[in-house]
Amino acid sequence: MSSQPVKIEVKDLSIHYGNTPALEEVSLEVREHEIFGIIGPANAGKTSFLKAINRMDVFTTGMNVAGDIRFGDIDVHKADNIYALRKRIGVVFPLPVGLPMTIYDNVALAPRLSGITNKGDLDVIVERCLSRAALWDEVGDRLNSLGSLLSGGQQQRLTIARALSQNPEVLMLDEFSIAVDPVTTMRIEDVLKELKSEMTIILVTNLVQQARRLADRTAFFLEGRCVEIGDTEAMFNGEVQHQKTLDYIEGKFG
Amino acid sequence: MDKPFPAIQHPNANNRGADWYVDKLMQALVFIGGISAIIFIVGIFVFITKEGLGFITDRFDFMEFFTTEYWFPSDEDDPEFGILALIAGTASVTGLAMIVAIPFALGAAIYIGEFATGKKREYLKVLVELLAAIPSVVWGFIGLSIMNPLIIKTFDVPVGLNVLNAGVILGLMAAPIMASIAEDALKAVPDSYREAAEAMGATRWQVITRVVLPAARNGLLGAVLLGVGRGFGETMAVLMATGHSVNIPGSIFDSVRALTATIAAELGETAVGSEHYGALFTIGIFLFIITFLINLTADLIVKGIKKG
Repeated sequence: MSSQPVKIEVKDLSIHYGNTPALEEVSLEVREHEIFGIIGPANAGKTSFLKAINRMDVFTTGMNVAGDIRFGDIDVHKADNIYALRKRIGVVFPLPVGLPMTIYDNVALAPRLSGITNKGDLDVIVERCLSRAALWDEVGDRLNSLGSLLSGGQQQRLTIARALSQNPEVLMLDEFSIAVDPVTTMRIEDVLKELKSEMTIILVTNLVQQARRLADRTAFFLEGRCVEIGDTEAMFNGEVQHQKTLDYIEGKFG
Repeated sequence: MDKPFPAIQHPNANNRGADWYVDKLMQALVFIGGISAIIFIVGIFVFITKEGLGFITDRFDFMEFFTTEYWFPSDEDDPEFGILALIAGTASVTGLAMIVAIPFALGAAIYIGEFATGKKREYLKVLVELLAAIPSVVWGFIGLSIMNPLIIKTFDVPVGLNVLNAGVILGLMAAPIMASIAEDALKAVPDSYREAAEAMGATRWQVITRVVLPAARNGLLGAVLLGVGRGFGETMAVLMATGHSVNIPGSIFDSVRALTATIAAELGETAVGSEHYGALFTIGIFLFIITFLINLTADLIVKGIKKG
């Protein structure tokens, strides 16, 4: 795995909301075709980290980002066209968001925004993405019903299908299983394992065991700092540099 | 040592205490408040129907009333009661007003709701609501004293009190309240929708046109229909700005007369119970039904969208 090239390189990333620090001097590398797990308790700065990567900081008033993020050849915080940047990064939020339009339109929205109008092309994208998100079997015969009326677990898979719809290089998931039942969670986890061959995945999770099941490498965030980064298997076998990491993955706090 | 838990007196479960009676009393009071809306609506309908009934049974001719344009209700020998020109007056002014108001109101709502932030947003909201509270007679006055000479000078027409004047005045009048309702509708769209679309790489404008406006369409439709209702019902401003002459307009520079303005201007001069009096109330019934239908349509459309 370590032979894979670096996909995202973060150097001395600090984030403040007004005067309150959310993330302090985090440096790490995410490699191609890995699932990079980020674990840590609430207020560790995990979500702020994701926001900085796809430049969602722009619309969060008072959010200040310092440091360097390199995404391929792009200096993320100097990018002139953040919309083009975001198109290369798919995001799945903690709570499922089925947009109030048909299932088909939910998945076709991003390709349409990118200028794809050919019905045949859109059909292919919609079917492929819904299949990859393990939702096609359930909704393939009712693509014209409202996406916002699906169940929570289905909406989260719809959100994943939508995130995949512009063929992103990186998929970021922020505690995707918070509002999803265990069975659906396992199905999505299987999906992520398959997707790994096609893209890079950053998985922020509040479930330590989920990181263990999925992540190749895992970073432990605590109170705005990245305590350590390591091979997931080794970390869970107790090979850690900090006692806090061990305490957290063993459930002693969190 | 902890302080002891303070003593709480629980009422006897077998007796109705003061709380029980207060509860029942308040329920009764809010029930009266709620039911009074129905009582007033029915009461108003019964009243205007009763007043117009004499005319409807004795003199009313459906074809004459709705398809002729001759309104000479006080002619002693041969009074004529055709309201087609009045309907055309109201419709033309309302139509033009909506053409003026909808872009203004939507623009204001989108700017305030989606782009303005912090203090700017607060001030703008207050200002828009202040605009909505300007009395219609003031708007009428602006129509008479500013728009009138302006239209005469700009377009080189003999009269400045016409469809254009009233339409613009009514449009400006209706825009703030429409903007306010439309902004509420935009605000009701969850931020998670915007975030989801933004994360996909949609631009601000794409987020608004592809996600926010479609999600808010019920509320926006409500805002527009409220404006239409306002246009139909507005009296004083159109009385002052239309020129108040019975006429089917051939252009926006023709003077017209509105249904509402006719009632307001003539009711005081008619003898209670006369044909003319009854005819004015029949116009009132007509306005009531139109307003009712507009609201009903809005309701059905909104419900239909929700189900679909």
